[in-house]
Amino acid sequence: MSERNGPGLGAAAPLLEVRDLVVHHGQLKALSGISLAVYPGEVYAIIGANGAGKSTLLRTIAGLHRPTDGTITYEGRDVTGLRPEKRANAGIVMVPEGRRLFPSLTLEENLKVGATYARTGPWNIEAVFELFPWMRDRRGQKTAQMSGGEQQSVAIGRALVANPQVLLLDELSLGLAPVIVLRIYEMLPQILNSGVTVLLVEQDVSQALRVATHLQCLLEGHTTLEGTPAQVTRDQVEAAYFGATDAGANRDGSAT
Amino acid sequence: MAWVNAVIQGVLIGGLYALFACGLSLLFGVMKVVNLAHGDLATVAGYVGVGIVAAVHMPFLWSVPIVVLAMAVLGYVLQRTVIQAALSRGELTTLIVTFGLSIVIENGLLQFFTSDSRGLAVGDSFTTASFSIGSQITIAWLDVYIFILAVVVLLALQYFLSGSKYGRLIRAVADDREAAQLSGADYRHVFGIAAAIAFGTVALAGMSYGLTTTIDPTSGTDTILLFAFAAVVIGGLGSLWGTLIGGIVLGVAQQIGAQINISYEQLGGYVIFLLVLVVWPQGLTGRRAQT
Repeated sequence: MSERNGPGLGAAAPLLEVRDLVVHHGQLKALSGISLAVYPGEVYAIIGANGAGKSTLLRTIAGLHRPTDGTITYEGRDVTGLRPEKRANAGIVMVPEGRRLFPSLTLEENLKVGATYARTGPWNIEAVFELFPWMRDRRGQKTAQMSGGEQQSVAIGRALVANPQVLLLDELSLGLAPVIVLRIYEMLPQILNSGVTVLLVEQDVSQALRVATHLQCLLEGHTTLEGTPAQVTRDQVEAAYFGATDAGANRDGSAT
Repeated sequence: MAWVNAVIQGVLIGGLYALFACGLSLLFGVMKVVNLAHGDLATVAGYVGVGIVAAVHMPFLWSVPIVVLAMAVLGYVLQRTVIQAALSRGELTTLIVTFGLSIVIENGLLQFFTSDSRGLAVGDSFTTASFSIGSQITIAWLDVYIFILAVVVLLALQYFLSGSKYGRLIRAVADDREAAQLSGADYRHVFGIAAAIAFGTVALAGMSYGLTTTIDPTSGTDTILLFAFAAVVIGGLGSLWGTLIGGIVLGVAQQIGAQINISYEQLGGYVIFLLVLVVWPQGLTGRRAQT
């Protein structure tokens, strides 16, 4: 990982570092030795097809899966054995796949739960209302009645009020119309401006390429491509994504 | 007039049944634990009340907060140890574990207190005072007090669950344990708090029961647990006010049964219970169970 030198990152230490992560789902090996390093201020995108292990990777970083092998380091501290709520308290906060809002709670209550164990920082419920102005008038509504895009925004808001240092975004675009996806990604700069580092998983490659400062492609639990969006070509991404030619993937890997 | 009396008595005793039921409903609603030791824990609270009053000669009412607090602490500890360990092994395991707990408690009570039935020894005026409406209706003040206590407990629970930080966390954890973890909440601690509250209401239920009638080591499963189940099923799971309605319907059905024939008291309750199960499987205040 150390050979990487993204623009403006200099010699800063990685905020989050994953080394040789192996994760099993029962007998099935979901991840076979994934490594990555996320530096402060980055938008680190993990792409890959269905079943590539992207979500497993993110969930393991959040603490919801126990790795069989490998380590996760956060702010120089080994957090591999830390419980998920302790990681959230430390500043690793995930927006889970499928939103996972609390259906019997109102919008505002969902945000309040997110803020219960918040670290100190720029985000609070008022700041989320400024990011998503429509929420203010509908704060008393149950989230179950809201559209997918609105629910996704609430899920992001619930994570933001915890004042994360690393925000893990799992498949924001899942089940949403392209227009809505664009709109949701439009608020990313504001989140980054508040000093949050983003690690995201995305099936929608063009979306990922648009926002990412660094890219990593997974295929069947292996890394097939890594680099900045400027470094990789469309063809390389395609090959890494679908595993069309192993040779191509290897060449891409050495290019980073 | 006798029928009116039956309905009034039924409504009042329904308050006691709601007290029995709300702890059971809370534990199931939040962590999907069916606590088969629920009734026995109420009996324990009754016996502890008997013991404290007898041993320390303190006024009965003073012993109430002590027993409630002690049971709440016991609830938290049991949840964080035995019940949590069972939960991690699957929901069915909790049935076996709480069933075992029930047997242990019952036999422990038999060992220490023998099978003699006891009542909470309180001043006679408190347990026997009553007032009459007309010539045929006599209402015991104690039943009125317990009914009011039940309503106050349900109101307090409602207020706590909807308005407080931990109430919100309890509802969030009940909705989605994993999402709550991602928000930084340790669901095991939240479960513990829910159990502490449930056990606190169990203590109130057990002591109230000990005031209205005598208790013996088997009262827990023979009476309290069954009535609590019936009230929860009739009222609808997961609804606090449903438990009050369920308790009242059960109480009224029993009293009407007894009015028809004194030996039909239990029958009346179970007829309604089965009827509700068949016609309104979600309970009278039923909303569909959320998973």
